[in-house]
Amino acid sequence: MSEDKTGITMMDAPIYLDYNFTAGSATSRFLHGLKQGVLIGQRCPGCDAVYVPARGSCARCGVATGEDVVLSDKATVESFTIVYIPIPGNPIKPPYIIANVVPDGANISFIHLISECNNEDVRIGQRVQAVWKPESEWTYAMDNIIYFKPIDEADIDPEQIGR
Amino acid sequence: MRDVAVISWAQSPMVGDAGALNEVELIMPVVQKALADAGLESVQDVDFTCSGSCDYLQGASFAFVSGVDALGAVPPIKESHVEMDAAWALYEAWLKIQMGQADSALVYGFAKSSPGDLPSVLSLQLDPYYLAPLWPDSISLAGLQARAMLDAGVISETDMAEVVVRSRGNARNNANAQLAGDVTIDELLAQPMYVSPLRKHDCCPVSDGASAMVICTVEKARALGHPYAVIKGIDHRIESNNLGARDLTRSVSTEQAAAAAGVAQGPVDIAELHAPFSHQEIILERALGLSEDTRVNLSGGVLAGNLMMAAGLDRIGEVAMRICAGEAGRGVAHATSGACLQQNMVVVLEAE
Amino acid sequence: MAELAAVVGIGQTKYQTKRIDVSIAGLVREAARNALDDAGLDWDDIDAVILGKAPDMFEGVVMPELYLTDALGCNGKPMLRVHTAGSVGGSTAIVAASYVQSGVFKRVLTVSFEKQSESNAMWALSNPQPFSPHLNAGAGGYFAPIIREYMRRSGAPYDVGIKVATKDRKHALRNPNAHLHLEDISMAMVEESPMLWDPIRFLEACPSSDGACSMVIAHESLVGDSPRAPAWIRGTAVRSEPTMYAGREEVNPQAGRDCAADVYKQAGISDPRKDLDCAEVYVPFSWYEPMWLENLGFAPEGEGWKLTMEGVTSLDEGGDTPWNCSGGVLSSNPIGASGMIRFAEAALQVRNDAGEHQVEGAKTALGHAYGGGAQFFAMWIVSADKP
Repeated sequence: MSEDKTGITMMDAPIYLDYNFTAGSATSRFLHGLKQGVLIGQRCPGCDAVYVPARGSCARCGVATGEDVVLSDKATVESFTIVYIPIPGNPIKPPYIIANVVPDGANISFIHLISECNNEDVRIGQRVQAVWKPESEWTYAMDNIIYFKPIDEADIDPEQIGR
Repeated sequence: MRDVAVISWAQSPMVGDAGALNEVELIMPVVQKALADAGLESVQDVDFTCSGSCDYLQGASFAFVSGVDALGAVPPIKESHVEMDAAWALYEAWLKIQMGQADSALVYGFAKSSPGDLPSVLSLQLDPYYLAPLWPDSISLAGLQARAMLDAGVISETDMAEVVVRSRGNARNNANAQLAGDVTIDELLAQPMYVSPLRKHDCCPVSDGASAMVICTVEKARALGHPYAVIKGIDHRIESNNLGARDLTRSVSTEQAAAAAGVAQGPVDIAELHAPFSHQEIILERALGLSEDTRVNLSGGVLAGNLMMAAGLDRIGEVAMRICAGEAGRGVAHATSGACLQQNMVVVLEAE
Repeated sequence: MAELAAVVGIGQTKYQTKRIDVSIAGLVREAARNALDDAGLDWDDIDAVILGKAPDMFEGVVMPELYLTDALGCNGKPMLRVHTAGSVGGSTAIVAASYVQSGVFKRVLTVSFEKQSESNAMWALSNPQPFSPHLNAGAGGYFAPIIREYMRRSGAPYDVGIKVATKDRKHALRNPNAHLHLEDISMAMVEESPMLWDPIRFLEACPSSDGACSMVIAHESLVGDSPRAPAWIRGTAVRSEPTMYAGREEVNPQAGRDCAADVYKQAGISDPRKDLDCAEVYVPFSWYEPMWLENLGFAPEGEGWKLTMEGVTSLDEGGDTPWNCSGGVLSSNPIGASGMIRFAEAALQVRNDAGEHQVEGAKTALGHAYGGGAQFFAMWIVSADKP
């Protein structure tokens, strides 16, 4: 048996684990809404803030959000970044814009893409609207909305976004 | 050392699959109940909060971050987290009270183990170069330990079945238990082998759920006017991760923790032992030096329901609540982590 | 009342992209052994070990404190594992301090580490989860919009981040442990580096490192057993708030402001810029220096960038309150250890032991770490002066 004097510096030990995810009951209601082409938020019984997607609680108050609130698919850009690097497993070609958008009627933002515009024209306070996949392709997923696109409405004062 | 009081403990029902509920939805009810039972309105009324959980159980990094969403942590709170059973979160909170940085604390643990294959996940607790690539799961390792004990003649299969009979029987009085009922030794020994020499009933179930506890100084407990149990001794020790370097028929680290916590300094009326496998309960009884007068695992123990990352805290809660109810004057709680009882905590609780 | 405790030993590894010469156990043991040597102690002199690291998925080892107990001489002793996201290194040091300040233990070892080369941190941070849009663009994608909002509010010039990135890499040239040693670093070089997440350029972001950091913390009664000057722990504080809630202030988080106020009060700091000689602050993206200058009360809101541009935080420019003389997170980032490195570097400064990156005559220093969505904060203040 020949003796290899060089040190072993790396070995492969792949780890495969399967998980059955559950969304949580609050998020499930949001996903059912998406299947119908509707954004559903939930109102906190403590502070009246509307969360979307609701994740089970108002994190401020530590209580379960209850009442469903149907939101507009128009939204305001709270902030954004232009991403220049490819993300492993992500089919979107850089540079692309991801933004925190606050849907009308909600008090919190979520992350989505902005498209159908020049990247350099995107700004905080800009008005945008969801562009949906064809109805036949709707499933229980956030990417039923392909992206948000700018619309011809006056910008919102940054201090007033989500208030 | 300052005496620290356990004043409330809340546990969700231990179920095999919590279904659509996510972690936040599991945590909120027990946190709210533990605070309410302590006579407190919100997390803002305690000086410190600490939790225990494990990312790999739900298969995503930063599992504990969503836990903060369940608390009402606005304005911001003094908070920390251990990637361990919440019994160690209690230990961190206990230190904060000892050093005078807190007079009260909320401790909670949670896990939704059902989404993954828990015995395989726990396999990744082993040496990542030599052992983990072979995927020895937690049940197989416990089987090695049980085999070592049987072959050494320190236990019999009947002894193991007796543990299960007692667990199932006691669990009939535990509304949160997952497994309970009247079984006999003969019925159990007639069951087929699962991972030899373990039968399925020798192994704890996998449970989803959460638990929360409020602890505080004895002075504060008196002011709140609730019954409470006092932590008189608490210690935790770890031993080698290399199973081949350990005598698996003993739990040396439990013996060390028991001595440091002062278990032998008085009679032990009740004990709650975190023994995920039937034979481990016997090891622990011996390591703690318990006599036949001690009533063990009146809740059914983790063989009746096993909230990973909260099961150790639950043992402390079970003993404390029985002391609060006047069912016992002095008790011992035990928590464990790792394969074959690698790491162990021992807590001595007394009535005031 | 808390007992007095001090840092009596500090050990670090060299930070670099890949430490292929050591296993995970070898890496943590190297840092721990360095800390023990520094403290003139051996494994038997240690009562307990407190371990910190960021998510287990970074290395694929579940609860690695179990595996690492042998390497850290912990058999038969207490072991505790802390995980508070990016702030974990700081939180771990604070938990370790509480082991001694509680009066329960006399001398403990604390270690934190990350060996990012053994897994894929980018994946572990943003592995696709069902039910959320697959837009995870790493930590930069999360923090870039917050930085943009800071720029809008403060009206800061575009090159503040470039200045910070340059300054910290110049500091790193003085620190042999630092991962990045960019000899010809300049503002132009940073500005010309590729944009990653606008406004964050490649050289305005932290690297990904392997490394470990360790400290020995001793009770007042045992401080004399170690040869080096002690760094007395004058205050420790943590604060947490949820990632997202309606009306959350993300640019200048309340948790950070509250945490700073708490630790300053304990240490008797009334004006941080005046009373602190230097600070090691968790700045993984360049713009977080001006943001934290404001959050930590070194400058009024909206004016932190002015201190940066005036050179107040630069050792090379003779600033009055140098920040991150070690090179900071921008120069070395073994995630789980990054917070502890801040705490340990603060201790090195006050014991006048930081070599080429020493702030002359430093007596009192701040160590700072943050994590999650800038929602978990851990801070301590150490001093050459015994309280």
